[in-house]
Amino acid sequence: MNVLIISILALSATGAVSATILFLTAKKFQVYEDPRIDAAAAALPSANCGGCGFAGCRAFATACVEADSMEGLLCPVGGTEVMKNIASILGKTAIEAEPTVAVVRCAGSCDKRARNNHYDGAKTCAIAAQLYGGETGCVFGCLGFGDCERICDFGAIGLNPETLLPEVDESKCTSCGKCVKSCPKMLIELRKKGVDSHRIFVSCRNKDKGAIARKACSATCIGCSKCLKVCAYQAITIENNLAFIDDKKCQLCGSCVAECPTGAIINKE
Amino acid sequence: MKTFKIGGIHPEENKLSAGKQIVDIPLPKQVIIPLAAYIGAPAAPIVAKGDKVKVGQLVGKANGFVSTNVHSSVSGTVAKIEDAMDASGYRRSSVFIDTEGDEWLETIDRTPDIKRDCALSPEEIIAKICDAGIVGLGGATFPAHVKMTLPKGKKADLLIINAVECEPYLTCDHRLMLEHSEEILVGITVSMKAIGVKRAVIGIENNKPDAISLFNNQIQKLSFKGIEVCPLKVKYPQGGEKQLIEAVTGRRVPSGALPIEVGAVVQNVGTSFAVYEAVQKDKPLIERIVTVTGKSVSSAGNYRVRIGVTLLDVVNFAGGIPEDTGKYVAGGPMMGRAVANLEIPTAKGSAGVLFIREGEAAHREMHNCIRCARCVKVCPMGLEPYLLMSLSENSLWERMESERTMDCIECGCCSYICPANRTLLDYIRFGKSTVGNIIRNRNAKKN
Repeated sequence: MNVLIISILALSATGAVSATILFLTAKKFQVYEDPRIDAAAAALPSANCGGCGFAGCRAFATACVEADSMEGLLCPVGGTEVMKNIASILGKTAIEAEPTVAVVRCAGSCDKRARNNHYDGAKTCAIAAQLYGGETGCVFGCLGFGDCERICDFGAIGLNPETLLPEVDESKCTSCGKCVKSCPKMLIELRKKGVDSHRIFVSCRNKDKGAIARKACSATCIGCSKCLKVCAYQAITIENNLAFIDDKKCQLCGSCVAECPTGAIINKE
Repeated sequence: MKTFKIGGIHPEENKLSAGKQIVDIPLPKQVIIPLAAYIGAPAAPIVAKGDKVKVGQLVGKANGFVSTNVHSSVSGTVAKIEDAMDASGYRRSSVFIDTEGDEWLETIDRTPDIKRDCALSPEEIIAKICDAGIVGLGGATFPAHVKMTLPKGKKADLLIINAVECEPYLTCDHRLMLEHSEEILVGITVSMKAIGVKRAVIGIENNKPDAISLFNNQIQKLSFKGIEVCPLKVKYPQGGEKQLIEAVTGRRVPSGALPIEVGAVVQNVGTSFAVYEAVQKDKPLIERIVTVTGKSVSSAGNYRVRIGVTLLDVVNFAGGIPEDTGKYVAGGPMMGRAVANLEIPTAKGSAGVLFIREGEAAHREMHNCIRCARCVKVCPMGLEPYLLMSLSENSLWERMESERTMDCIECGCCSYICPANRTLLDYIRFGKSTVGNIIRNRNAKKN
């Protein structure tokens, strides 16, 4: 019986002493963490995609708490809804941000851009682009090995088996920007989603002179500057034989689309 | 017989054109002279549309220290300066010249006499090499004057001449040695003087016994001092700089260091010949030997080609593209790269055009790694290719750096030997360039 009591007492005493030490150490080395960080992190979608520019959702929540204003802070996955939520938790005002979506700036499908060789190396765009210009005459166009499809966490971008070009599923795209970084030809761009998903953009990145570009692909921008002349809002610029439509200035009038001789400008309604 | 110790493979040699004399290619109507076909900054064009140029005239000036001069290889009129497709399919700045006659600069000595004596100082020799736009002709195309200017405080005691030509199919160096042995020996003597060494060793694989005995005879007969021939056991990639140094001297270049760390400078035998022509004959680098080969090529052979002649012109002269061709490769089967289009200019580093037959060309289906470690066994740098590939697949760049990926010489032994047909080199090369960029950015931040 004695043995039992002694051991219970000894263990309890050790426990009590250890607990006191632990308690004191915890007090001594306590790091204060703003409880709002936890609250803000809980409001985030926990996708940890890095689309906001921070290393995961918690880092973004910390940044939101520490920032003086919410300017420039946006969770692309959650969008305005989530940002408003977080702002109300933190007692700040949310900044309305225009939703964006990924668009693929290449229209060189199989029928428009003939293949003149066959690549049989490692089937990734990054490696193919390092080795050579690609299977068609256009070295700026989509390679079609699907690096963007593989990197997308949301299953929002996929290769169309007919055109062999990636297509974005708008309902799933969160515009986190991972595909933008994964494309070695820099074909993917985040653009304003637009009212009712109405967008106008130049679906080409070919910087070759018109004649060379046209030879390689029938849907290329040839830098003819017809769109530039017809645009009433100065939204179009041409650099290195390639037109670009600024989505901040574009009023979606569609006059450039009608003017484009190659159909490189896409009017998505 | 000597060779390097770690790794290596024995691909079929297929030196089909070894017995074929070098033939001159007729001048085409137009040449396309690339301004950026070597390692380093592209040359800046100094001619304009409509200018008349002569053979050997400077058309592009070196842009910085690691860059080389580019000369016209024909006489005629500059048609345009525009981007032209190179072997990779990307467009790079080039000078197009319409050929008219064949008028050489008067300063170039075109007599066949061999000039042995060289009274120039080492600095003058290197300046001449720099002016002549010479790059390493073994394939890496690194500017020769940069290599021969030793870093401060370093001293070389040995010049190694790379006459290995371990790449299957290619025979351009072999033929050059047989037909121009004395010029090469003079070139070596001049190079020895330029870098200040008393001894030079010519490393030749023993599948070229005719070249070995020819050099031995010439050295004795014409009494070239300090030059010796070192026959080597056949093994790929013996022509790799570090492998050759180990094979010839037994010294091993430490990881990440240059050959000068062990007191050696390596020069390709074709470069020695170019040095001879530049220093003794004042002829810039405007032509090179190109091997056209392949099992179905009717007249496989070695051709003296002016820089800028398209590979298609060369091939047409050599009998045209064989019907059963599956792939054309610029260079040899191991280090060369398949090209989509033969209408690309011959560059300073174009050693050959190889036609691979249809059935032989295709990649077989890739399977999972079976952990047989054959790639580890054959890697001449002692790396673990299977590991590097999976690190590259998973973007683990830091780990890849610590696994010495930057030591990879891209010889392709791993991909060659892999029984699961894994594209090891493709992934490692991609990882290497990514890691290289990370290291460069880090160093730039430090400074």
